[in-house]
Amino acid sequence: MSNTAVELMKTPLNAAHRALIAKMVDFGGWDMPVQYPAGILAEHEAVRTRAGLFDVSHMGEIRVKGPGALALVEHLTPNAVSKLAIGQVHYTAFLYENGTFVDDLLVYREGEQEFLLVVNAGNSDKDFAWVQQHAKGYDCTVVNESPATGQIALQGPLSVSILQPLTKTPLEPIGYYFFTHGEVAGIKCLISRTGYTGEDGFELYCAAGDTERLWNAVMAAGTPQGLLPAGLGCRNTLRLECKMALYGHEIDDTIHALEAGLAWIVKLDKGDFIGRAALLAAKAAPAPRKLVGFKTLEKRDIARDHMPVVQDGKQIGFVTSAAPSPTCGINLGLAYVPTELAKTGGRIQIEIRGRAVAAEIIPTPFYKRAK
Amino acid sequence: MFPADLKYTKDHEWLKPAGDGTALVGITHYAQDALGDVVFVDLPEVGEAIGHGEEFGTVESVKTVSELNMPSDAEILEVNGLLADHPEAVNEDPYGKGWMVKVRLKGALAADLLDAKAYEALVSAESH
Repeated sequence: MSNTAVELMKTPLNAAHRALIAKMVDFGGWDMPVQYPAGILAEHEAVRTRAGLFDVSHMGEIRVKGPGALALVEHLTPNAVSKLAIGQVHYTAFLYENGTFVDDLLVYREGEQEFLLVVNAGNSDKDFAWVQQHAKGYDCTVVNESPATGQIALQGPLSVSILQPLTKTPLEPIGYYFFTHGEVAGIKCLISRTGYTGEDGFELYCAAGDTERLWNAVMAAGTPQGLLPAGLGCRNTLRLECKMALYGHEIDDTIHALEAGLAWIVKLDKGDFIGRAALLAAKAAPAPRKLVGFKTLEKRDIARDHMPVVQDGKQIGFVTSAAPSPTCGINLGLAYVPTELAKTGGRIQIEIRGRAVAAEIIPTPFYKRAK
Repeated sequence: MFPADLKYTKDHEWLKPAGDGTALVGITHYAQDALGDVVFVDLPEVGEAIGHGEEFGTVESVKTVSELNMPSDAEILEVNGLLADHPEAVNEDPYGKGWMVKVRLKGALAADLLDAKAYEALVSAESH
C-alpha cells in the first residue's frame, strides 16, 4: 500500500500472477502473490484436498560441481551428504561457527561430485557469498543459477493425477525426497517429489524462459481437477500446520540447530562441518529453551508472529509463527519457551496486544497427512 | 464500492446514520479486501461508551489483525450477532450483513469523517 523506494525483483511469472488478479506483496525484495481471488482459506483447502500451484521461482539455486564438491558441501552443512544417493534430496542448513543459521536449504545430489543447493530467496545473495568464501581450497566450481532458473510447486493429493498426463516420466516410482530429470509439457525439468506444505507434490525446476509455459500447462491440466493457483499466504499456514521452519521465524542467526528441534539434520558423527564444535558443546549442556507448538484456549485469542511469551508480567520466550489454522480450526502457534515449561499439556501465556492469554502446549506437527 | 449514503474514516471504517440518532458501523470493502479472509471479529459490550477514534474491537483475518476505531462519539446499542459464527459476512457483504455495531451517536458527527468521494480519492491514493 505504501510507495516502494526500491524496484522489487520479479519472477518469470509476474505477468501471469497479475493476469490472475493476484494480490502482490513485497516478500524479501520480491514482488510475489500473497493470494489470488479465491483467498487464503480456499487456496489452503485446495492444497489439502485437491492441489495448489505455487510460484517459487524466487528461491535461489547454487550449483557446486567438481572433484571437491562433496567435501565442500559436507563442510558447509550438518546433514550427511555422503549418504545421499544420486537422485536424492535432503533438508539441511548452512550454519555459522556458533551453530546458528545462515539459512536452511535443500541439497540435491545430481552426481557423485555435483550438487544443487536450493536456498531461500531473501538469503540467496548472502548464501552464494558464503559458499564462495568457503570454497577456496576445494577443487570445484560454484555457480549461482538463480537468475536462469524458474521453479513451480504443485502440491496436494491430486498432484500425480494432474502431472502424469503431461510427462512420460513415471511419477509414482519417484520416492518422497527423490528427483529425476524429464520433460513436462515438452519442457526440460528437474522433477522433485518435495514441498513445503505437508502434502504429496512436486517441485519443478526449469529454465527461467520456460516457466510461464510450464505454469500454464500445469494450470490447464489441473483446473478440471480443482487445482487453484496458491499464494504465499496459504504457503505460510500450510507449512505452519506441519511445523516446517521458516527463516526469520523459527530459525535465524540467533537460534542454533538443536534448540530449533532440528537435531535430525545434525550428524555430529559424520566428521567436521561448520558449527559442529558449538553444537557438540550445546548438546552436552542442558538446553535453556525449546521450540514448542501451542494452541490458545479462546477463539478470540489469536497469537501472531513475534508476540512475547510471558510469566508474571515478564517475558520468558517468544512466538515465532502463529495463525488461525484453516485445517485444524483452532488458533495455533510455535514458540520458544524455557525447557522446564516445554511439556505437552503444559500452560503458557502469550501477550496479545497487552493482554496475557492462556495457551496450551500441544504435540507437533499439528497436521499430518494420512499415508 | 463507495456507497454515497455512508460516512468514512481514514482508517477504513464506515458509519451509516439512520436519521434517528443511531447509526451502523462497519469496515469498508477496501479494508476487507486488504485483510483477506476474516476469521474472527471481537466486538464490545452493549452499553459501552466509546469516543471518536477510540478502539471498539478488532477484526482478525488468517494473515493479520486490524483495530476497529469508532468514527464518532457513540454508545453501543447492539453488536452484530451473525459475525460470531459467520465472520466471513464481513468479506462477502461489508456494507450489509457484515455490519459490526449499532450505536447511539453522541453530539455532532465527528468533523473529520469523509464523504464517499473523498474516501474514494483516499483509497485510490493508497493503492498506488
